[in-house]
Amino acid sequence: MPARIVVVGASLGGLRAAEQLRAAGWTAEIVVVGAEPHMPYNRPPLSKEVLAGTALAGSVMLRQRPSVADAVWLLGSPASTVDLDARAVTLADGTTLDFDGLVVATGLRPRRLTDDGHVLRTLDDAIRLHTALTARPGTRLVVVGAGFVGCEVAATARRLGADVAVVDPLPLPMVGPLGEQLAAALLTRHEERGARFHLGRTVTRFERHQVVLDDGTVLPADVVVEAVGSRPNTEWLNGNGLDLSDGVLCDEHLRVEGLPFAVAVGDVARFPNARYDSTPRRVEHWSIPGDTAKHAARTLVASLTGAAVDQPAFAPLPTFWSDQYGQRLQAIGAPQLGTDDIRILEGDLHGDVIVGYHRDSRLVGVVGLGRARATAATARYRMVLSETGKRIATDAGSRLGHHTRLGQ
Amino acid sequence: MRVVVDLETCQDHGQCVFAAPEVFHLDENGKLGYVPEPDESLRDAVEEAADVCPLQAIRVED
Ligand SMILES: Cc1cc2nc3c(=O)[nH]c(=O)nc-3n(C[C@H](O)[C@H](O)[C@H](O)COP(=O)(O)OP(=O)(O)OC[C@H]3O[C@@H](n4cnc5c(N)ncnc54)[C@H](O)[C@@H]3O)c2cc1C
Ligand code: SF4
Repeated sequence: MPARIVVVGASLGGLRAAEQLRAAGWTAEIVVVGAEPHMPYNRPPLSKEVLAGTALAGSVMLRQRPSVADAVWLLGSPASTVDLDARAVTLADGTTLDFDGLVVATGLRPRRLTDDGHVLRTLDDAIRLHTALTARPGTRLVVVGAGFVGCEVAATARRLGADVAVVDPLPLPMVGPLGEQLAAALLTRHEERGARFHLGRTVTRFERHQVVLDDGTVLPADVVVEAVGSRPNTEWLNGNGLDLSDGVLCDEHLRVEGLPFAVAVGDVARFPNARYDSTPRRVEHWSIPGDTAKHAARTLVASLTGAAVDQPAFAPLPTFWSDQYGQRLQAIGAPQLGTDDIRILEGDLHGDVIVGYHRDSRLVGVVGLGRARATAATARYRMVLSETGKRIATDAGSRLGHHTRLGQ
Repeated sequence: MRVVVDLETCQDHGQCVFAAPEVFHLDENGKLGYVPEPDESLRDAVEEAADVCPLQAIRVED
């Protein structure tokens, strides 16, 4: 049998993995298996331009490097099982593929509360939700979940003229990754634009055209969006004795539990980031599929060709952004690791602001909120953040000069 | 090598700036500027920049 790498998952992570396998010198066969009928497309516009109706579905398709023109794409039928001892994956349509190397790139799917509420993960979800929101003027939307997807849907729906209510058991939107001060500033920006928040509240019942909260509040609802987090797509890996408790557990070179012939990339991978510590975590940022693909492809090609893995432990600098009401939230580093010590670095919470997150007094993350100037100013901290992290030796606070302590 | 950025599409994310600082920069107002005909030795960095642009606004032409 000629050598073959099978990539399971045909989205950003799967595509970048295929491209990086070629860049790492893999000239033999690459087969990419995807559950969705579409070629890889970009998800960030789904809750922004596609939901708003300002981008055509075709404009979100991801461009591909010419080096993967000869990859084989098997789309529309998911992998249903894999036997890692026999190195064979079986698809739902019965196709079986032997492989030498495997790339796991199956991402996440939304957690669901009901069978019929809207969720937002795929292109088809986005088009369906756009249609529902624009069916008539003044559609009443209830968004369950004030995390990142819930907040973007709320913002885009307000732009479309919908009447928007957001429900979350936590006291503030996106408070986990942002911490209290910035989350409160984000809440103000939403409320100023007419979105209503029911925080510290849970949904007790979904009824026809309404949602009932635990304090008895009844919210009229023509459309309900469930934005309550996601689940890793790992069922197809069951039966191989892997730890699948939260995605696919990887070592510091993205090998699946140290296996020499299997790596994982993107949202589904739980990996240690040597920049911070040895705790494996999943990271749901657009920048991660590209970063993981590059490292994982080198690991896999080296081990399949009998070469030593000669690269340092994986240590990406994560970046994340979100667009809400024409303002951008731009994060660099790992703010969620530093929410116990938050300091304003520039600006103020009512306008353009840049906030620093510290762990053991070291800057581990920076988030900017505001107009393009704020994004550009946030970007200037990137150098500092890429120096801190592993070599956590300098006091970021003093290096950055003035800062104001919040929340005393 | 020629680099073309579709400035209609570009949303000034600045991701490209970190991948290839010799070629891309953001000015004080956060607007993108770039070198249209960078040296061939920068090809890897420019391709990386095209990959990390969330809007796919960067095209590398030979
Ligand atoms: C609406 C939305 C907006 C976002 N906006 C931003 C943003 O503004 N900024 C940001 O940084 N990040 C954003 N993200 C996150 C970013 O898009 C993800 O981190 C990225 O898509 C992860 O890519 P992936 O390839 O790892 O996983 P996915 O994109 O989830 O791809 C996994 C693919 O595998 C397929 N699959 C699943 N199971 C199987 C199987 N058994 N067999 C075969 N195929 C299978 C799935 O159908 C899917 O196509 C957003 C995500 C969403 C959903
Ligand atoms: S990464 Fe893309 S969107 Fe961002 S500044 Fe560069 S070209 Fe523009």
